[in-house]
Amino acid sequence: MSLSALLPPITLMTSLLAAVLIFATPEHRSGLRTTINLTAALIKLLLVAIMVWGVFQGVDYHLTFTMLPGVAFTLKADALSVMFAGLSAILWLLTTVYAVGYLEDSPNRSRFFGFFSLCVASTMGIALAGNLFTFLLFYEMLTLATYPLVVHRGTVEALRAGRTYILYTLTGGAVLLVAIAWLHGLVGDLPFRQGGHFQQAASDLETPLTLIFVLLIAGLGVKAAIFPLHGWLPQAMVAPAPVSALLHAVAVVKAGAFGIVRVVYDIYGIESVAALGLLEPLAWLAAFTILYGSVRALSQADLKRRLAFSTISQVSYIILGISLFGPIGTAGGLVHLLHQGIMKITLFFCAGNYAETLGIHRVDELDGAGRRMPGTSIAFTIGAFGMIGTPPLAGFITKWTIASGAIAANMHWAIAVLLLSSILNAAYFLPVVQRLWFREAVNDWPHERFWGRLETSAWLFWPPLITALMTIMVGVLASMPFSPLSWAELIAAREYLP
Amino acid sequence: MITAWLMAGLLFTPLAWAVLCLLLDFSRGRLVSCLGITVQVLVSLGLWVAVAREGGFLYGLGGWEAPLGIELRVDGLAVTFILLTAIVAGACGLHASVYLAPDNAWYRYFWPLFWFLWAGLNGVWLGGDLFNLYVGLELLSLSAVGLVALGGGINALRASLRYLLAALLGSMAYLLGVALMYGQFGTLSIAGIASLLPETQALVGPGMAMALMLSGLALKTALFPLHGWLPPAHGIAKSPVSALLSALVVKASFYIAARLWLEFGHELGSTAVAQLIGGLGGAAVIWGSWLACRQSQLKQVVAYSSVAQIGYLFLLFPLTFAVSDTASLQAQQGMTLQVVSHALAKAAMFLAAGNLILATGSHQVAGLAGVSHFLPFSLFSFGLAGVSLMGMPPSGGFAAKWMLLQASLASGQWWWIVVLVAGSLLSAAYVFRIYQASFVAKTGVDDFYHPPGSLEVIPLLLALMSLGLALVAEPLLSVMALSLETGGAP
Repeated sequence: MSLSALLPPITLMTSLLAAVLIFATPEHRSGLRTTINLTAALIKLLLVAIMVWGVFQGVDYHLTFTMLPGVAFTLKADALSVMFAGLSAILWLLTTVYAVGYLEDSPNRSRFFGFFSLCVASTMGIALAGNLFTFLLFYEMLTLATYPLVVHRGTVEALRAGRTYILYTLTGGAVLLVAIAWLHGLVGDLPFRQGGHFQQAASDLETPLTLIFVLLIAGLGVKAAIFPLHGWLPQAMVAPAPVSALLHAVAVVKAGAFGIVRVVYDIYGIESVAALGLLEPLAWLAAFTILYGSVRALSQADLKRRLAFSTISQVSYIILGISLFGPIGTAGGLVHLLHQGIMKITLFFCAGNYAETLGIHRVDELDGAGRRMPGTSIAFTIGAFGMIGTPPLAGFITKWTIASGAIAANMHWAIAVLLLSSILNAAYFLPVVQRLWFREAVNDWPHERFWGRLETSAWLFWPPLITALMTIMVGVLASMPFSPLSWAELIAAREYLP
Repeated sequence: MITAWLMAGLLFTPLAWAVLCLLLDFSRGRLVSCLGITVQVLVSLGLWVAVAREGGFLYGLGGWEAPLGIELRVDGLAVTFILLTAIVAGACGLHASVYLAPDNAWYRYFWPLFWFLWAGLNGVWLGGDLFNLYVGLELLSLSAVGLVALGGGINALRASLRYLLAALLGSMAYLLGVALMYGQFGTLSIAGIASLLPETQALVGPGMAMALMLSGLALKTALFPLHGWLPPAHGIAKSPVSALLSALVVKASFYIAARLWLEFGHELGSTAVAQLIGGLGGAAVIWGSWLACRQSQLKQVVAYSSVAQIGYLFLLFPLTFAVSDTASLQAQQGMTLQVVSHALAKAAMFLAAGNLILATGSHQVAGLAGVSHFLPFSLFSFGLAGVSLMGMPPSGGFAAKWMLLQASLASGQWWWIVVLVAGSLLSAAYVFRIYQASFVAKTGVDDFYHPPGSLEVIPLLLALMSLGLALVAEPLLSVMALSLETGGAP
């Protein structure tokens, strides 16, 4: 077995091992725990970087063994998987830094960071899974590992949110299991393959394949928070801010979106999905979710809930992009997988900073916070403008590419959806920005804390600024090699080549 | 030659340990038993390796061949269950040696009963004829009843009497069936009867016998609606005993029923019977899980979960009757995986529940508040075992569910998919109810008793085995599939 076969499992084991070590770390040894956390995150980032380079060079990272009769456990790295793996590796490092600061002196930190690492391990597994069965293993593991983080605070509200979360995700998982088992019984074990497997689908399989597709999307749509399966996401916002940031902006919802990408491109193949007449309904569903999430976000007074509804809307950009037939739309959807993650994590970091430093949770308490916390507020502003789609930020690149894809695919209505959604984005983000910078603080902050020279703890201060900088860079440097956009175009080109 | 010694070690040394322990008090019995457990685990492992390498064989006890002597079937499935028994019973024995306080005079009977139980289990896994199976089953049931009553109050006595009545009734029905079979065919060997069946014209007698045997065994396995005796007995027994009963004892009677069905089912069964038994199993899954959600006592939740998990096993009957060979094989593989994973997970869960009860001093689910903060380890074993019960990957429960799903799809019996999915969602409901109770924040100081490390480690190891089972399922299944004729694993 060569090193290239071992790299994916080693990457996976890094966070798994970190989880075990952290669980075993005594509660009061926070220095040791932070060291383990950061070391693992850095090693993982390095390993993923090696794989990105390798995949670019055409190295085949592939490990497989038979797990159950007829079913293989397969790990492999292709362009799409290292894209998702790279996103979570970078953001894991930043979120770990952030979480160390955020949870300073709070109880149950070993438990928190242990499950946090397990979540990242699951996300890595989802990224590196080589077939649907392996994907399912890690998808379900992610469900289990996130539950303790959602209920971390142990309050009545947190437990209720945990119950909703588990009800949604386990039901989704069960539907997904049935769909995958059915597909497996029908055609056997299918590895993910660029271009998919059903280009010349036999006509007698049309009905079961259509039904299975619907079940697969329904199962994956729960985590991707597609309407009407989105109910868990706003509630899960009771979790600590790093959890909302990494998991609900990146890992969990992206796992669902990533799974949909896999199903559409690497199992069915975009052409056969289009031939089955399923692509257009998917696009409509995504378009509706985009508008629905934005409209609901307008009326949310709680900052994190507003961001949650915005997530529901933004994740569906990915689905919309990939369901526009043609490589440009695909690239637009895929690039948003990264862009949305970077922008949304910035916003959640900032929301966490306001909560932790000033005790602010509601939008109407933010008046004048820009003067008290300029660094955080600059980061928030960049993230918000990125979401709205102001050039040259990340969100603009996404929207531009998806719109070009819509024209290429002859689906002009999608442009109207994009425009309307951008207006709505502006309508719920600009008032927040306006309150930050252009209003005077009237009262004292609800619960203010001080950290010397910086506006907040250094652990909390830098991560949002770094991700805000990334929001600018991925936009400005979009045409450079290894930028998210070029990588997404590389994947899209490979998907559409015969 | 070495295998002959191993065989003797399997069947007779447990009896020898039992007699020896009868003469000793609890503490000395503990010493002897710890030695005995080590020996038995090594012997079982040795036999498993021998069969995995060289294939199964028939073993005439004392050199006498059938029909004169007692003949034992040593195939891949039997040795796997023997190894499972050694692991689970060994773990429960070691746990009990710390868990049970030596000052209770009644506990000196724990070790003899424990060893009789073990001997009975090995007898059932290896038995090749109907009467030997009966003897093994009786030994098993009687020692199990004794263990339930052990050292408990009036409630334990009541539960064990109820258990005794159910067990005796089941045995009587089974024995009557055996007698009818013997009257018809003049042999008790399962293989012998199976070879005579196709030529038999009048199938009423054997059909009757089969019905009697199956209903007796269903009662002993606590198949819905005959499960009433199980939750009180398993709930009130000491935790290591509950673990033994739920993990192994109910599986023994199911194992006999499954073997009868696979050998005789083609001639004596019918679609209606198969679907009826499967339907009862499905009802057990739903009803047992539903009741488990509604229990306020921790061990009752676990006990009702056993009723539900046993229900899955009975899906074997419809999924192997009049279906393609592929589907039948998948169903059998799913069933064996379910037996193994449930045995490991349920033993872990009962032992962990025992630790939690010891720690919180409360039998209630609500008493778990704050446990995840102060006692993460005890909770962890319980939680991991719960993952397997829910059938979440990568546990053995997931592997079993996957195989059963495939079997249902391959045989076109899609309604069992509904049962499988609903069952796993309901089991998630009762498992998460317990997680939730343990995550309730509790301020203040740590007023919990912290169980010694040895008590904590045992359920954790069992739970980890159950959790990782799917990863080694393929090699395990290839050994289980070794029949008597085939030699050597591929």
